[in-house]
Amino acid sequence: MVDAEAAATTTLVRATGLACRRVGREIFRDIDLELRAGEALVLRGPNGSGKSSLLRVLAGLLEPAGGTFTLPAAADGGPGYHYIGHADPLKPGLTVEENLAFASALTGRGDVEAGLRAFGLGRLADAPARQLSSGQRRRLTLARLRAVTKPVWLLDEPAVGLDAANRGRLEALIDDHRRAGGAVLAATHGDIAIADAGLLDLGR
Amino acid sequence: MTAAAALFAHELRLAFRSGGEMAQGLVFFLLALSLFPLGVGPGPATLERIGVGLIWVLALFAVTLTLERLYAEDARDGTLDLYGVSGLSFEVVALVKAASHWLTSGLLLVLFSPLICLLLGLPAAAYAAVPAVLLLGTPTLTLIGGIGAALLVQSRRGGLLLALIVLPLEIPVLIFGVSAIEGWVSGLGASAQLSILGAMLLGALALAPFATAAALRLALE
Repeated sequence: MVDAEAAATTTLVRATGLACRRVGREIFRDIDLELRAGEALVLRGPNGSGKSSLLRVLAGLLEPAGGTFTLPAAADGGPGYHYIGHADPLKPGLTVEENLAFASALTGRGDVEAGLRAFGLGRLADAPARQLSSGQRRRLTLARLRAVTKPVWLLDEPAVGLDAANRGRLEALIDDHRRAGGAVLAATHGDIAIADAGLLDLGR
Repeated sequence: MTAAAALFAHELRLAFRSGGEMAQGLVFFLLALSLFPLGVGPGPATLERIGVGLIWVLALFAVTLTLERLYAEDARDGTLDLYGVSGLSFEVVALVKAASHWLTSGLLLVLFSPLICLLLGLPAAAYAAVPAVLLLGTPTLTLIGGIGAALLVQSRRGGLLLALIVLPLEIPVLIFGVSAIEGWVSGLGASAQLSILGAMLLGALALAPFATAAALRLALE
């Protein structure tokens, strides 16, 4: 973890003139954004305005049609960011713990137990993922945020299906992450509160 | 490296956890083989004549059938995205998944092939020749089939289409596989055919992961 005071000026994410087009249709263009340590940026806009596409471009899953961006690298050389998409990449035949251990091992070196505890899944560690409710599946996906430490979080509608208590857990996790010098870029419809976050409206 | 090892262990665990699915290719292989004596008559001469070809054709089908789900599940549940942000290249993912798939499908055919020689009444030399040649040929089938599986990740009914795409590419393996076993069993020698099968395996090992990775990247778009 970076010291928050010293890191306050570090730029973690910078994008200039980002454009995206899919199947010939322009989704967005001329997106500039900058995120420093401890900052958060909320993406707003109606359905189809390109929130998910922007996050996927930054995550390296989608080729931008124009523009450049930089994201930090992790200490071990891997990507320095988490990307949480709409889907819950869980295997129904594996246990809760095995699913999180796999996702952690794939993205870095993680503390699986801390991840499970962060979303109150410790009691379910040995249950097969097929028994989880959709909210529990979401929590298990989000647990990766706590299990593996990465400076930047790219979150696409992270709170969908979460109850109030778990939305609170997610908000607390985001606060802790920013206090420790991390940055958060999230697309939400206002279902979680992120204190003094910047706003990027894609629905122009 | 640790991420690749984790993926390998994960794939094997998934395969063993759903044991029924893993055995599907093998069960299909055995069941289809046992239908042939009923269809063409149980005469030992007939079976010995067509046995080797039968083994290869059915091995081709068995491997192709089990390949359908190699990437489809990962695409549906978002695991493909997870690979994309993991720091593992898709080439490594393709290679690791092909290796674990072969261990749980092709290798099973190799291990059970002496039993099949017995079922078909093949000559004694076949008990060594069939497993050895399958051992050399089936990994190539998995690697080539992986390209098709990755291309068809988004298609809903990929099974038949996968066979249409992949089977023509696998014909050389079939031809030299059959010829290698026949040469070995008849005592004419099979070193040329085995060399070609080996070359095809090395070629597939070198090229298939790149083609598969390109197809997977397309699937992310």
